[in-house]
Amino acid sequence: MSGAFTPVIPGSADASLPSPTTLKQVPLSGGPANPSAAALGTQFGPVVKRVEVVRGETTVYVEGAKLLDVVQWLHDDPGQRYDYLSDVTAVEYRDPERALQVVWHLRSLPRRRFLRLKVEIATGAPLEVPSVWSVYRGADWLERECYDMFGIRFAGHPDLRRILMWEQYREGFPLRKDFPLRGRFSRSEQLRQALSVNPEARYSMEELSVVQAFEDLPADMRQRLLRGERTGE
Amino acid sequence: MGLTARPAGTGAGRNLGAPDASSHDSWVATRLDFLVNWSRAGSLWPMPFGTACCAIEFMATAASRFDLARFGMERMSFSPRQADVLICAGRVPFKLAPVLRRIWQQMPQPKWCISMGACASSGGMFDNYAVVQGIDTIIPVDVYVPGCPPRPEGLMYGILMLQEKVKRERMSDTSLRNEMDPDPSSGLYIPAQAIDELSEPFGNSVHQTRSGL
Repeated sequence: MSGAFTPVIPGSADASLPSPTTLKQVPLSGGPANPSAAALGTQFGPVVKRVEVVRGETTVYVEGAKLLDVVQWLHDDPGQRYDYLSDVTAVEYRDPERALQVVWHLRSLPRRRFLRLKVEIATGAPLEVPSVWSVYRGADWLERECYDMFGIRFAGHPDLRRILMWEQYREGFPLRKDFPLRGRFSRSEQLRQALSVNPEARYSMEELSVVQAFEDLPADMRQRLLRGERTGE
Repeated sequence: MGLTARPAGTGAGRNLGAPDASSHDSWVATRLDFLVNWSRAGSLWPMPFGTACCAIEFMATAASRFDLARFGMERMSFSPRQADVLICAGRVPFKLAPVLRRIWQQMPQPKWCISMGACASSGGMFDNYAVVQGIDTIIPVDVYVPGCPPRPEGLMYGILMLQEKVKRERMSDTSLRNEMDPDPSSGLYIPAQAIDELSEPFGNSVHQTRSGL
């Protein structure tokens, strides 16, 4: 993790770097790219596959295996300082031949830059990309949500499990294109599975130690937690 | 009947608070049924179960302009154990279904349930993988309030309907306070086939998938 926050403002110290500008008359496609894209090209070479500028926002397609290096550099390099990960998500296209894309939205608060990184996973390839949790702790829940909805595994994530759907959810990954809108099971079966979940068993041992409510729990739940079950779900 | 508790009929034994002219003592003669139902209907304590935009309308109903206190309901009971009527305002996802049923089971008898809005009553526009298609598949419902979301007037009309229902209850009806026990194998209290029929797709959403393949 880098040091304290020092915004780069025009006329201040560190004049070697270009001051941030606000684009006017943004074209639909093309236009000046985020300077970080060119910097990535010189730093990483063939890892950067291509750069797109749409509505003034720059998208950099990178190689999945090197993603963590790219993000680490963008975070640490004093000329980039992307200190805020605003979103991790994925895109699947209706065309089954088209690659699934995993998307990272990075923002540099000191340099007022926004950069979108994309990794393409070809059809048939395993849905696995590196986790950026080691750089941004905030990626924890974002990657869990992306795993829950798309089934993309983030290698290196400390606790990759479902976050929106309950943990016994067996119907698949809802935002994939092959997932029917109503789910795979009948309504009664969905309801039966949902009602079989014990709502009290949602807590992990850490959460219970925070609220100091362990002694107030039902005996069977205490025993399950003592046996080391992380959550009862 | 309006908002007063005075019964419409004037037959012997049904007048509330009508003193006998020949006596100097105050006395009331009424049926116990009427008295109990009158007090229950006039002091329903709601358990608000607000999950979506209907809860905003519910809050508006409870606030000063519409003033739920006029119906004896100003005391929101945020513990189900001191509540009389569960007002489910908003969509209920499957993940919340066991929670809603647990809250219903924690409420002591007598208890009633109002399903507020299209989502709680039928799933509404959320005919998808995540939303319960009507909370009557989880818990019994007394009054359904349509609307998306219902205006406060609509909810108050539903509350008045529930009060009417409460006032018509009879102690001689032994089935009135029966707790419905869910089927131990499935956890459902209505047959699975009925649930599938209830949530059968309709309208232009038939055979709708997102794959388009």
